[in-house]
Amino acid sequence: MSKFKRKKGQGAQKINTSSLPDIIFMLLFFFMVSTTMRETEVQVQITPFEVSEVKKLEQKSLVSYIYIGRPARHLQGLYGSEPMIQLNDKLVNEEGIPTEAVQDFVLFEREKLPESDKNKMVMSLRIDQDIPMGKVDDVKQALRRAKALIINYSARREHNEQGR
Amino acid sequence: MADIAFLLLIFFLVATTMDVDTGLTRLLPPIPEEDEKVEVQVNKRNVLVVLINRNDQLMVGGEFGTRVDELKDITMEFFLNPANDPTLPEKEEAEVQFPIGSSPLLPPDGMWRGMVSKGVISLQNDRSTTYKKYLQVQNELVAAVNQLRQDFCKLYFDKDYDDLNMNSPTEKEISEAIRNVYKMNISEAEPKNIGGLN
Repeated sequence: MSKFKRKKGQGAQKINTSSLPDIIFMLLFFFMVSTTMRETEVQVQITPFEVSEVKKLEQKSLVSYIYIGRPARHLQGLYGSEPMIQLNDKLVNEEGIPTEAVQDFVLFEREKLPESDKNKMVMSLRIDQDIPMGKVDDVKQALRRAKALIINYSARREHNEQGR
Repeated sequence: MADIAFLLLIFFLVATTMDVDTGLTRLLPPIPEEDEKVEVQVNKRNVLVVLINRNDQLMVGGEFGTRVDELKDITMEFFLNPANDPTLPEKEEAEVQFPIGSSPLLPPDGMWRGMVSKGVISLQNDRSTTYKKYLQVQNELVAAVNQLRQDFCKLYFDKDYDDLNMNSPTEKEISEAIRNVYKMNISEAEPKNIGGLN
């Protein structure tokens, strides 16, 4: 009869996992609070931009998005690689004048806003870096004609401000 | 329990995005009505023409080949005209009402009296200018005006212009008044082709 029991070869000790749900829930709440729902799928390629003077858009309900860029890679077979305009979630794919589509889009989006906010509508322009301004000017003219005058050139805040 | 939490966590990771909406907010000019097309006469010295050609080169105030990083200083000098240079914009006397007692440097009635620049920046681009260059130029112009506002705010209220709290009525009033002292006078021309064929 041996005085000391031999430990059975159990390998590593089990870690106590009773606090795991708490940790995961904490992570979950963090993500729920700090992120927003993905509303539209961007179907054009846009490289984010960094400039120094950006301001935050306060009221998301007033914002509509206009994207201009080359179609995403998996859509290039369908639409080719010329720059295209995407209005909120749909690509403008008719051959005709995209400016009319933009004007219709503005009217449609404006209808959705309450009466008091109709003239506060913000159009957020998300445009790829190497798009020629001609295309942007066309959209801007269309916005002027549709009387959507508050625009926002979407960009991120520059990270390092050297000697400014 | 942990499994459920994991499942929810992964759902939120997939279905949400982190990006915050930020950007340069600008105001487009309204389209003039057909019958009220008024040619506004502006003195030549009051306009700073910024041209961007199809090769993304800048021409500022008649000088070709300006770099983007010089633009902010040029713009600030244009609006300030510190030495009353006759080639830089005129200034006019103006009165701007600030909240009473908001700054010891203001008279007791809170009325700021000083010279306000009549300068306007006219930004023109070609149809082939890249959006990147255009936005960099816009950013520098906005940066110049913001810097002027910031300097004013620091001098009178010892506060950063960006830190003014829009929810407090006094600070909102201050911010609006400063915006009247230094107006964001950046006009964008009607699109046209400059710099040859596309």
